[in-house]
Amino acid sequence: MPAWGAELFYLLAAVCFILGLKWLASPATAVRGVRLSSVGMLIAIAVTLLDRQIVSYGVIGGGLLVGSGVGLWMARSVKMTAMPQMVALLNGLGGGASLLVGSGEFLKSQIAGYNLAVDTTLTMQLSLLIGSVTFTGSIIAWAKLQEVMSGRPIVFPGQKVVNAAIFLVIAGMATYQVMQSESLLGPFYVVVALALLLGVLLVIPIGGADMPVVISLLNSYSGIAAAMTGFVIRNDELIIAGALVGSSGIILSQIMCKAMNRSLGNVLFGAFGASAGAITKSAEGLSVRQTSADDAAVQLGYAKSVIVVPGYGLAVAQAQHIVRELADLVEKRGGEVKYAIHPVAGRMPGHMNVLLAEANVPYDKLFDMDQINAEFERTDLVLVIGANDVVNPAARTDPNSPIYGMPILNVDQSRSIIVLKRGMGSGFAGIENELFYNPKTAMLFGDAKTSLTRLVSELKQL
Amino acid sequence: MELLIGSIVIFTLATFLGVALIHRVPTTLHTPLMSGANAISGITIIGALLVAGGGHGWVSNILGFLAVVFAMINVVGGYAVTDRMLQMFKRKPEAE
Repeated sequence: MPAWGAELFYLLAAVCFILGLKWLASPATAVRGVRLSSVGMLIAIAVTLLDRQIVSYGVIGGGLLVGSGVGLWMARSVKMTAMPQMVALLNGLGGGASLLVGSGEFLKSQIAGYNLAVDTTLTMQLSLLIGSVTFTGSIIAWAKLQEVMSGRPIVFPGQKVVNAAIFLVIAGMATYQVMQSESLLGPFYVVVALALLLGVLLVIPIGGADMPVVISLLNSYSGIAAAMTGFVIRNDELIIAGALVGSSGIILSQIMCKAMNRSLGNVLFGAFGASAGAITKSAEGLSVRQTSADDAAVQLGYAKSVIVVPGYGLAVAQAQHIVRELADLVEKRGGEVKYAIHPVAGRMPGHMNVLLAEANVPYDKLFDMDQINAEFERTDLVLVIGANDVVNPAARTDPNSPIYGMPILNVDQSRSIIVLKRGMGSGFAGIENELFYNPKTAMLFGDAKTSLTRLVSELKQL
Repeated sequence: MELLIGSIVIFTLATFLGVALIHRVPTTLHTPLMSGANAISGITIIGALLVAGGGHGWVSNILGFLAVVFAMINVVGGYAVTDRMLQMFKRKPEAE
């Protein structure tokens, strides 16, 4: 195939990716979008296999087979609660693939002894750096999410100085290589080794609660690494696809940061939780009102409008299905049930929505914070299940609170509130929640799944 | 250098296009968006195939093989899991 023919097919593949993303704008067309996108990928792979530069197919065949097998197995077996880990791992593999391709191109020139153009060397150094950081950073993020290692921030004195020094050495080595005409092994090894180390060091000080931001950002990096590789091998398809992924990850990180009222810099370098200050109002002298499953069931049974606020505790208890059963019962009695989802309710952007979709909750009953916040004051009953910080009014009222300024769900404005909670422990940020002491609030203590099961059976008898 | 400038132009325009498209994706689909992005970043498979099949000796073969495996896990794993997730999003719940 002539080179321009391949280019046209690559363009077609890029159009498939772009339309695929466009169709992700609605759940109704999203499946079609992803399938079109995968057709684009198939075209890109097929065209490349016909490329004149490819002379042997043995290694390729083996790699395609192994990769497809592992990928398919992962996709089939992963639990929806473990999606953040899977995405973290895929981010890492994306970065790793870019690192390997960059290294392959470099060693090719080094072994054959030909000189690379300055612009190629420059982008190659960038693809090695970003690919390496994405690779090891994602593995650490995966380990924290999988709880192979502690989710607590790992900090040591002079951490930022060390990181900055490592980065400067990498930048120096890379610049040195760019200024040389031939490919040098020494700087190559230094850049790759230090960049791999830097990936580890950048992610270890970030706490488990901030992982949604980190995996969004690493998602972006894996795209940028692919784009840099595209610069190296002079392939516009990689540049376009990489740029699309890069922009997606950046936007998602920004959304997550905004939902936590933090800046990206603060998440990455702030080591949140390392020094959790106990400056919040104490709960002394306040009392909570406890309720029982049968009383709560009566309240639910006669409510006209109910909003469920799910938190990650719901997913941990694997109680999504029972929530839906409960909602069905309320609807059968003539009540209306909606779900209010805070952007950081799950462990990654949109995670809670997937977990509820898995439990067959129709997607048109899931509402973002901005869509539903005005409705709370017209709502009879809010059921808070396993959520804490995202419903804490202190974010609005208490300037001393660590979560002050964070956008929250206006649960406290509704007519009555039932909070399902294991005990009186505090949330991720380790702070008291005024909502629990609100006279309108009743607490139903116990494991979420057990409490919900009891609510369902009480409601059936009503 | 002209080639590099051309590529930078493409990269910049594609980034703006990406930003415009991603802003229209609803919150509810952000997790599938991320796994779908994983699949798309598997486009590095093109570079991986060129390294693995170029016949540049055993070092390139090994690096290329690993790159093909990594990128292919992203492509197949990413698309398959995204498709699996999106199938769950229904307007009306199914009869069980």
